[in-house]
Amino acid sequence: MKPTHINFIGNRKIAMTFSGILMVIAIISLSVRGLQMGIDFTGGTLIEVGYQQTADLTALRKTLDESGFANATVQNFGTSKDVLIRLKLEEGVNSADLSTKVLDAINKNAATPASLRRVEFVGPQVGDDLAQDGFLALLYSTLAILIYISLRFEWKFSVGAIIATFHDVIVTLGVFSVFALEFDLTVLAAILALIGYSLNDTIVVYDRIRENFRKMRKTTTEDMMNIAVNDTLSRTIMISMTVFLVLVSLFFLGGEVIHNFSIALLFGVVFGTYSSIFIASPAALMLGVSSEDLIIPVKEGAELDRMP
Amino acid sequence: MQNRFPLWKNLLVLIIFLVSLIYSLPNLYGEDPSVQVSSAHALAQEQANKIESTIKTAGVNLKAFEFKDGRILARFSNTDDQLKIADLLRDQMGNDATVALNLAPTTPAWLQKIGADAMYLGLDLRGGVHFLLEVDMDAAVKQAEERYTEDLRLALRDAKIRYLSVTKDSAFIKIKLKSADDKPALFDVLAKGFKGLKITEPDEQDQLWLQMSEVDVREVKKFAVAQNMTTLRNRVNELGVAEPVIQQQGDNRIVVQLPGVQDTTRAKEILGTTATLEYRLVDVEHDVQKAVEGHVPVGSKLYYDKNKSPVLLDKRVIVTGDQIVDASSGMDQDGRPAVFISLNGVGAAKMGKLTQANLGKPMAVVFIENKVETKTVNGQKVRHKEKVEKVISVATIQGVFSKRFQTTGLDSPQDARNLSLLLRAGALAAPVDIVEERTVGPSLGQDNINKGVLSFVVGFVLVVLLMAVYYKLFGMIADVALAFNVVIVVAVLSMLQATLTLPGIAGIILTVGMSVDANVLIFERIREELRNGNTPQSAIYMGYDRAFATILDSHVTNLVVAVVLFAFGTGSVKGFAVTLIIGILSSMFTAITGTRMVINWIYGNRRVEKLSI
Repeated sequence: MKPTHINFIGNRKIAMTFSGILMVIAIISLSVRGLQMGIDFTGGTLIEVGYQQTADLTALRKTLDESGFANATVQNFGTSKDVLIRLKLEEGVNSADLSTKVLDAINKNAATPASLRRVEFVGPQVGDDLAQDGFLALLYSTLAILIYISLRFEWKFSVGAIIATFHDVIVTLGVFSVFALEFDLTVLAAILALIGYSLNDTIVVYDRIRENFRKMRKTTTEDMMNIAVNDTLSRTIMISMTVFLVLVSLFFLGGEVIHNFSIALLFGVVFGTYSSIFIASPAALMLGVSSEDLIIPVKEGAELDRMP
Repeated sequence: MQNRFPLWKNLLVLIIFLVSLIYSLPNLYGEDPSVQVSSAHALAQEQANKIESTIKTAGVNLKAFEFKDGRILARFSNTDDQLKIADLLRDQMGNDATVALNLAPTTPAWLQKIGADAMYLGLDLRGGVHFLLEVDMDAAVKQAEERYTEDLRLALRDAKIRYLSVTKDSAFIKIKLKSADDKPALFDVLAKGFKGLKITEPDEQDQLWLQMSEVDVREVKKFAVAQNMTTLRNRVNELGVAEPVIQQQGDNRIVVQLPGVQDTTRAKEILGTTATLEYRLVDVEHDVQKAVEGHVPVGSKLYYDKNKSPVLLDKRVIVTGDQIVDASSGMDQDGRPAVFISLNGVGAAKMGKLTQANLGKPMAVVFIENKVETKTVNGQKVRHKEKVEKVISVATIQGVFSKRFQTTGLDSPQDARNLSLLLRAGALAAPVDIVEERTVGPSLGQDNINKGVLSFVVGFVLVVLLMAVYYKLFGMIADVALAFNVVIVVAVLSMLQATLTLPGIAGIILTVGMSVDANVLIFERIREELRNGNTPQSAIYMGYDRAFATILDSHVTNLVVAVVLFAFGTGSVKGFAVTLIIGILSSMFTAITGTRMVINWIYGNRRVEKLSI
């Protein structure tokens, strides 16, 4: 790839507006529709059964209805032979034995019995705990990264990096909210991995900005940032492509269980790449980063650079 | 700029590569579905021979039959044969031995000798059940308070202190004495045997209020979890599971993982219920019919037997389940299913005294099951406890017995076996409740492995092609490093015996995509240095040198997130974090040192006109 000279920073208003709209849509959707929380967080029962031939969902629904599981949702999972039955936690129903009862019910009158592929039952207490742990994981990872970046960079950069990362997380969550995709533990793990990835991307750009501040003291901050973003552009795109490729493979071949995990990361990588180009540097610029901010950190950085 | 590695550095890289290669080898060998037969006493050779011939006549494809250290391992070529034989042997062996399903690795002996094992597969990949059990702490404390109340009454009687009542309300155990003058004697008794109780003196002079101290409560809770763990371990052993996992999680939860278990209903039955027996005398002085109408005499309690007919029993318990030291099932002289029970010293003494005094009178066995159900009522989570009490047998005391005796009146040999199992495993200290279950069928487990491997291979090939096309020779070197990285991750996972889960495989795949990052950073730098007019040799040197700080920064942030994920993640998500952490660390090594070594071999120490980058 030839060196590029695209004026990313100069056109920051366009990017900012675009991101602003995305964020607003995401936040509105998250606050109005919320997330389609999986049973990991809400508690409930999930039963996956497999049939030898195409499953008759209508008949299955009828059977479950007649057996007293009126609130069960029945849908295909991955293939037409696999069926996923979901049951919410319900008043006055003992949940631990539910899966056994459901399986008995659907196999009682069936010509070809379904084979049990998976049962997940999460009690209400556990669901609350998992949700709490998940929230804490998000909080602590953000804090830990904030601390690391503020040690390595000047605070305006740290805030810029956090803004860019939050942008990616909120917009990805927004996608899950708008399309009502199920948010479970694996998706939460994907979101955390996304935080790491998105920061990684941003830091590469920031590293270059810091280096350029050292080399070109005369250039304006805006130009310097532009040069840095352009310098790292081929790397940013290249790494996004490799990650994107493995995720596409995971999405198409990894199976239904890992589907939403891949979706979260796919969107995350796209937004993460976009934000490290269009959002991270302008954010730091708008916070008023100037060459004076970098004089001391530059020296610190230079020493660290030589560390093996 | 020479771009040469000293010999030790080359050797180090090569040794690491070789060791990783060896320790990742066991994963290439598969596992045989097998049946493991073991017993408390080592099995004898003739038993083994008998089992071998049983299997051979069953018409299955027996791959290998190993008899070592009194244990039998029979390997089969498919799971159908394995299940068939397991059922067959269970019927044949009965209580004598534990028949467990297992996946026996086919790792060659020389690899086993150096401690190389295949990765430990999580339940989502091998199939099995995961339970999270919660110990009911309130019940444990309540039981302890009841025990104290009972012990206090006994102690008071022994010390000849006359009392009006010893009662327990929500906060205190209240002792009401006949006369306030006995108080000093009461204090003596308390100081001797009840140091754990906190004493409150109310305004009423003839009373003393007692309360369990915080330390005592904590002890009781700790003990409740510990005893439950032991009991669960015994029960799981009875279930016949190879490699079960039983671990405490947090203050009051216990994780039970049973790889390969298919019949979750039976597993739940065994794990989830607490059962105990009580021996009581039958109240023959009062009319049962009157009690049914609502006039239950003081000192007696109304029960129903299996056929729903009423039985009136004395309220005082002769022997309880926790005094039972052993129980086994079998047939009595008349061929009826029976449970043979042994009592401890205290129980035996009580039983001996009572049978002597009540020879010829009827005695009843009450079977008590504690079922716990969690229900949601009005949005509130309510733990509903159901105590099912059932008289399973009423028999006339034929003779004086104490330590050993039998109980009959069970429906089937299966019932007798289950009961003896539950009794042998001991009564649980406090009720447990299944709060989470994750079951993965074996077919899904294999599916997950296949899909994981396929998406890994495809993702890997795509990245390899992209790198080779875009960075030419340098890209290919990075590809070699990438393969090396995967080998290291697999080797480390195998050495640590960390659990590999489906998200863990996803973590490896993600690592493949992300670990070329370091190489991309380096190669872009080298290209830049070349554009700036540097010589190829110095471009390589500067490229690696300058990219290092950036690589460090970006990998540390990823590492921080992965560590947090590991700390807070549970189950399969933890598996994702583990592979991510190992992947990030090893990619730093392979992508920086590994590629540099190869590049130095190719370009180092000579005049180079042009780099293939």
